Amino acid sequence: MTTETRHSKTMLVIIAEAVIEKSLIQDALELGTHGWTVSEVHGGSLEGVRDGAWEADRTIELKLICDTAVADTIADHVLETYTPHYSVAMYLSEVRVLRPERF
Amino acid sequence: MIDVVVLFFILGVFARLVGSDLRLPEALYETLSIYLLLAIGLKGGLELSRQPLLELAPQALAALALGFIIPLLLYPVLRLLRLGTADAAALGAHYGSVSVVTFAVAITALSKAGIAYESHAALWVALMEAPGIVAGILLARRAERSATATDSKTPRAGWWSLSHEVLFGKSVLLLIGGLVIGAIAGDKGIAPIQSVFIDPFKGVLALFLLELGLVAGARLAEVRRFGLTVVLVGLAAPPVLACLGAFTGVMLGLSTGGVAIFATLAASASYIAAPTAMRIAVPQANAALSITAALAVTFPFNLLFGIPLYIALAKAVT
Repeated sequence: MTTETRHSKTMLVIIAEAVIEKSLIQDALELGTHGWTVSEVHGGSLEGVRDGAWEADRTIELKLICDTAVADTIADHVLETYTPHYSVAMYLSEVRVLRPERF
Repeated sequence: MIDVVVLFFILGVFARLVGSDLRLPEALYETLSIYLLLAIGLKGGLELSRQPLLELAPQALAALALGFIIPLLLYPVLRLLRLGTADAAALGAHYGSVSVVTFAVAITALSKAGIAYESHAALWVALMEAPGIVAGILLARRAERSATATDSKTPRAGWWSLSHEVLFGKSVLLLIGGLVIGAIAGDKGIAPIQSVFIDPFKGVLALFLLELGLVAGARLAEVRRFGLTVVLVGLAAPPVLACLGAFTGVMLGLSTGGVAIFATLAASASYIAAPTAMRIAVPQANAALSITAALAVTFPFNLLFGIPLYIALAKAVT
């Protein structure tokens, strides 16, 4: 397999309170992403520590791989809608995928 | 003499305060909480199978009403304490809803003291989980509507998704599920699983309280951050609400144990169902404030002092 079969996409990673997982995924799907991966994480920020000790303290990491424009739209939407009230961290990175139609 | 399960809670708090690396695996926490909810439900269901359901209607209605009224009563008081509308509504919802573990400790304390109580009390717990949350959301939304500058960017969870969250969330689903299974299976049906679901109950509760001690211990530092308001609310609300609960229990003609349980349920604050629901429905409220009051102040207070107090109160009024 040659490197020509690799395709550029953008990965948006959203680390957020677990309570908004469902609505984040719903919004992301509506805004054009095709798939998602969620894992439970714990950590801290300037706002404090979330060590995931019980239900109300859980944090998720949501990974979305999609076209750059879609990733940007989702990131802007999350920034505008969720960050005023919820604990959210986000970052974007360029990734290369093998089967672009999946994303 | 402090009940042995409470000592486990104290051990958890101590471990956190001294910075121990003790941490229960999350999967175990999840398993223990599922076990406790199911076991409490099953125990209550057994009793339901023995009596006509219609006779329970007044108790069911009273439990629903009590849960709904508590946030409405607390809201103006919390506003007087200079809490914002969203915070007052959210905190009220936590107290309107109930703590299943506080209930579990109360029934073990009653059993230990040899005081009889209505065995279907788990039904009250299941019914009191949601109304307080609904009242809290209504209060927050009403305040938001009347505010001149509304934040249009606040994500608005619909009632459908919220009721789905509350009614089909783990706590209510397992409690009601256990109640129904217990009621259908009856004593004979439960007998083969008794050694798993009924007998080890107290041991599992002890282990769960160790974990809750760790969680509450971690929250203690937050108490200082919120200052006197949280301590005042967390300590003063439970005994006052317990009187309301006890009064309701007496009006319903419950046994001494039943009155103590109603008082305990009214006095307890939710730290599982309510935080999640309020975080979704009223995101502008400070979640740490409510959780700190419910888990770091009220929960330990009820465990150590409240429950014996409510049992004494029930004895005095019945």
